[in-house]
Amino acid sequence: MSHLLKLENVRAYYVIKNRSSIKEVKAVDDVSLTLDESEIVGIVGESGCGKSTLTNVILMNIKPPLKFISGKVILWKDGKPIELNKLSRDRLKKEIWGREISIIPQFAMNALVPTYKVRRIITDIYKSHYETNSDEEYILNMAAKRFKELGLPEKVLNMYPFELSGGMKQRVIIAIATLMNPKLLVADEPTSALDVITQKMVLKTLLDIYHKGFIKSIIFVSHDIATVRQIATRLVVMYAGKIIEDGPVEEIISNPMHPYTKYLIRSVLTPERTTKRGEIVTVPGFPPDLSNPPSGCRFHPRCSYKRSRCLSDEPHMLKVNDKHYVACWLYS
Amino acid sequence: MLLKVENLTKIFESGFIRIRSLKAVDNVSFTINEGEVVSIVGESGSGKSTLAKMILRLLPPTSGRILYKGKDIWKDFKSSSDLKNYWREVHAVFQDPYSSFNPYVQVNRVLYQALKLIGINPKSEEGKRLIEESLTRVGLNPSDVLGKYPHQLSGGQRQRLMIARNWIIKPKLLIADEAVSMIDASMRGTIIKLLLEMRDVLGTSIIFITHDIGLAYHISDRILVMYRGKLIEEDTPDDIINNPKHEYTMKLIKSVPLLYKKWTFD
Ligand SMILES: Nc1ncnc2c1ncn2[C@@H]1O[C@H](COP(=O)(O)OP(=O)(O)OP(=O)(O)O)[C@@H](O)[C@H]1O
Ligand SMILES: Nc1ncnc2c1ncn2[C@@H]1O[C@H](COP(=O)(O)OP(=O)(O)O)[C@@H](O)[C@H]1O
Ligand code: SF4
Ligand SMILES: [Mg+2]
Ligand SMILES: [Mg+2]
Repeated sequence: MSHLLKLENVRAYYVIKNRSSIKEVKAVDDVSLTLDESEIVGIVGESGCGKSTLTNVILMNIKPPLKFISGKVILWKDGKPIELNKLSRDRLKKEIWGREISIIPQFAMNALVPTYKVRRIITDIYKSHYETNSDEEYILNMAAKRFKELGLPEKVLNMYPFELSGGMKQRVIIAIATLMNPKLLVADEPTSALDVITQKMVLKTLLDIYHKGFIKSIIFVSHDIATVRQIATRLVVMYAGKIIEDGPVEEIISNPMHPYTKYLIRSVLTPERTTKRGEIVTVPGFPPDLSNPPSGCRFHPRCSYKRSRCLSDEPHMLKVNDKHYVACWLYS
Repeated sequence: MLLKVENLTKIFESGFIRIRSLKAVDNVSFTINEGEVVSIVGESGSGKSTLAKMILRLLPPTSGRILYKGKDIWKDFKSSSDLKNYWREVHAVFQDPYSSFNPYVQVNRVLYQALKLIGINPKSEEGKRLIEESLTRVGLNPSDVLGKYPHQLSGGQRQRLMIARNWIIKPKLLIADEAVSMIDASMRGTIIKLLLEMRDVLGTSIIFITHDIGLAYHISDRILVMYRGKLIEEDTPDDIINNPKHEYTMKLIKSVPLLYKKWTFD
């Protein structure tokens, strides 16, 4: 299998200057991750744990107050590794974004300019985000073709965003983001604002572009593990700016190892025999303040398995088997 | 019986030359008892929020009646104090925790407004006690949040703050319109527990509006299914999930992503 993307010990912090002090929010803190072609990776974790920040790091879309502190973001292009963290924003725009990696940002649906027709939105995005030299007609022809392939009516090009339902809007956004057949599509909470019936339709569209070979790999970010598991082959669990478990979806769901992952799975409220009606399990305590994260294992204030070591030493990623990794002292 | 909705209909008309009319809510009838948790489930656009707005007396119905403790809320309220009293007893938890607070108003003021609504001076001993009590109830540390602005709180803290308001006002009927759909799945349970605690401790009735029938299954005494403005099915959670009668209800159930089963996307 060929590598597609690799993060090596990446740190990215929000640096917030006040009158008298500087605060660093450690949103992505020493994260390593390798992604191979053909993988569909789901990234899950509670609100504020750093998922969206991580998606921006993957694209190296770093804008203040976010600061890239250290580490490497490597992308394989035509078989050769490139360090994205060394490229200028200009080069990223010309050579990487849209062509190699595309993103569907969280809340993208709300960001469509309401007074422009879809066709204008498309040409604008292509000019401003990706610096393409292609003329408008060429881009619109591509779009029309792609819409057809995904079962979207071509007349959508001449409609305004408010004329489209939520599901239609999100599918248009998926089509636009993948027009140039990027290898990797990063989708940040693409279904969270939709009703369940529409969610299913949008997930199907994501799988469609994958199975048709328009994209090679997907990173799907969501706080909802039951949604992620419908399309992901691999699950990455984040907690407080770090990856704490990583492995095949089925394996993690049937055998979660990290105490946080165990809670996450037991707190799912689905109508299944395994989840008893009315029995609501929640993670005790509160999400940590990432400008002043807990010492040792960041989960220790909420963990019922903690030992003295957990308060002082940070657990490393431990290999459970070839594909399953966990960062917790219980297993070393 | 606390609330009775009878043949409620709302028609929206739009357009100038060719007037189009849309029946957002179509001849809906149901009742809510004291201390009961009832979910209204349906896809987006099925008329749930329109129904909620009419019950909250924010939108007049086209026809039909809403009886609260036997009084028609659109016809029988004679004075402004009747109305004030209604809004004290029937309260909403909003759809989007991120936009429902004025960004320039400190957290304290959000709670002061609630105190004023029930006629208590925020600076009085009782006012201070109520603020402390309500924040602690929802798991917020008063010294942690008082004096801050909404943007300085996390989404979960804001959602808790909204529920803290309700512990001050102690409404008889709480209407939660997609109050947890947008928030983090691991926080969802916490918020739902806080809502159910209001029912258990204060006997509050709750109308829980959601598109997720799985969520409704876990928290309600009764589920009403809405489709294109109409109520099409009503039953206990177990009967709805195990023995749905309407095809649309089946579709809603099938669309809920399950943890232990993967879709085939056929
Ligand atoms: N522009 C910003 N300035 C300062 N801090 C920020 C900014 N954006 C995010 N943060 C902080 O960085 C941390 C991670 O945020 P991020 O948006 O990556 O979380 P997330 O996992 O995507 O959450 P959600 O599920 O709510 O989308 C949080 O503590 C957040 O408050
Ligand atoms: N103020 C309004 N004017 C015109 N149509 C509206 C208005 N509010 C809602 N609608 C329409 O009424 C229908 C029901 O909407 P809504 O009650 O918001 O549904 P839900 O909350 O179930 O998603 C939709 O077709 C919506 O577009
Ligand atoms: S390392 Fe310790 S505190 Fe952290 S999750 Fe494992 S047992 Fe709990
Ligand atoms: Mg996010
Ligand atoms: Mg609504």
